[in-house]
Amino acid sequence: MSATATAELERRVWDALAEVPDPEIPVVSVVDLGIVRTVEAGPERIRVEMLPTFVGCPALEVIRQSIAQRLAGMARRVEVEPTFAEPWTSDRITPDGRRKLRESGFAPPGPQPPEEPAGRPLFTTIALRPSAGSPGAREATCPFCGSRDTTLENPFGPTLCRAIFWCNACRQPFEQFKAV
Amino acid sequence: MSALTGATGTSAHGLDDATRDALAELLLCMADDEFVLGYWDSEWTGIAPLLEEDVAFSSLAQDEIGHAAALYELLAGLTGEPADRIAYGREVDGYRQAALLDHARGDWAFSIARRFLYDTADAVRLDALAGSSYAPLAGLVAKMRREERYHLAHMHAWMVRLACGGEEPARRLAAACERLWPDALAVLAPPAGERRLLDAGILTESFATCRQRWLGELAPLFEELRLPFPFRPAPGASSSRARPAGAPAVADAGQPGRLEPTFPEPGPEGRTRHNDDFRWLWGELTSVYRSEPGATW
Repeated sequence: MSATATAELERRVWDALAEVPDPEIPVVSVVDLGIVRTVEAGPERIRVEMLPTFVGCPALEVIRQSIAQRLAGMARRVEVEPTFAEPWTSDRITPDGRRKLRESGFAPPGPQPPEEPAGRPLFTTIALRPSAGSPGAREATCPFCGSRDTTLENPFGPTLCRAIFWCNACRQPFEQFKAV
Repeated sequence: MSALTGATGTSAHGLDDATRDALAELLLCMADDEFVLGYWDSEWTGIAPLLEEDVAFSSLAQDEIGHAAALYELLAGLTGEPADRIAYGREVDGYRQAALLDHARGDWAFSIARRFLYDTADAVRLDALAGSSYAPLAGLVAKMRREERYHLAHMHAWMVRLACGGEEPARRLAAACERLWPDALAVLAPPAGERRLLDAGILTESFATCRQRWLGELAPLFEELRLPFPFRPAPGASSSRARPAGAPAVADAGQPGRLEPTFPEPGPEGRTRHNDDFRWLWGELTSVYRSEPGATW
């Protein structure tokens, strides 16, 4: 297979992956979420490495199977392998993914908390109403009215990757994809 | 449980037998800690004092059992035994969680105190593994630390809320801490084969050093919240002349300045002797597996 043909196949694999929805938030694809780490494609074998958003994500197996099914037939063998070789972080969500989240009522995550050095203080307090520079501040912009006047209701939401906020301006609850 | 791989290019095969056994024992202890705590957490689903906490504890349970599953998978990669069988196929005395995690959930203050003591000790342990030379573990730990900090921040908020929440919550929280401190020490009791793990760079700090950091960070908070903190500096503490010139100032076991318990140091059975609470839980959590061992569900 020529280099051009390989590149073409890889492009088709990425295009196909862009059609595989996240089972918990189906408006975004596995590519939008940055779950796909690498794609190696050849006529014999396609190998996709995926990064779990959370270690205990119950959708992991469903995502793995959806990817394998979507790619079936594009090579003789399709391998989809989850890995922790690097941590998935919410910064991997693409600009397109953030827009789609917002349009369907989810606040996209704020900036990922910095990698913590091993000697960091053990606990920081999560501020309910963030102020500039406060440690552990969690900011969210209301996806419905665009207000930044929001309050963290619960850092734990209906799935591992979502937190619950309240908008003080339009007085509605909303969910944010967690910054991890 | 799905098979998860760590960084490519590193495998258990580079380890000699004794080091591999020491690593396997450490993984089993950590996995069992998270596994058993996750089950106790899940008991709050539906009956927590606040709806928000129903959600929070269900989420915590899912995280911890997810961490346990990933750790059991790493262990399966070392020993060849299927992860599900390690998790569910052992007799009750084969479990290695710390005594802190044996207790039933108790009242809300008890659950919060236990979780806070565990989460802080676990955070120090994870720090000592973040730079592990065993790449599959280092990779998993990097991911776990990002999730555990949410747990820790949440428990810290609850510790403050209960300690400052009037007479009854403060009394219940203090009673829970008093009861749990001796068993909490088992989380950071040095694992068997620790020397080998340190020599191989799998573990980057001794558990004695970890324990001193843990206690050192908790001391001011417990003082501020007026909660029991049954530790005192070892004799000779804070007298710099007791330290030979040039010796490192890091508090470590055997060094003056270290915090030592005011109660008798718990024995070595903190991960091997289990109480009746855990015996009951074991019966619950293994009942499905034992009904048809080896079945695929």
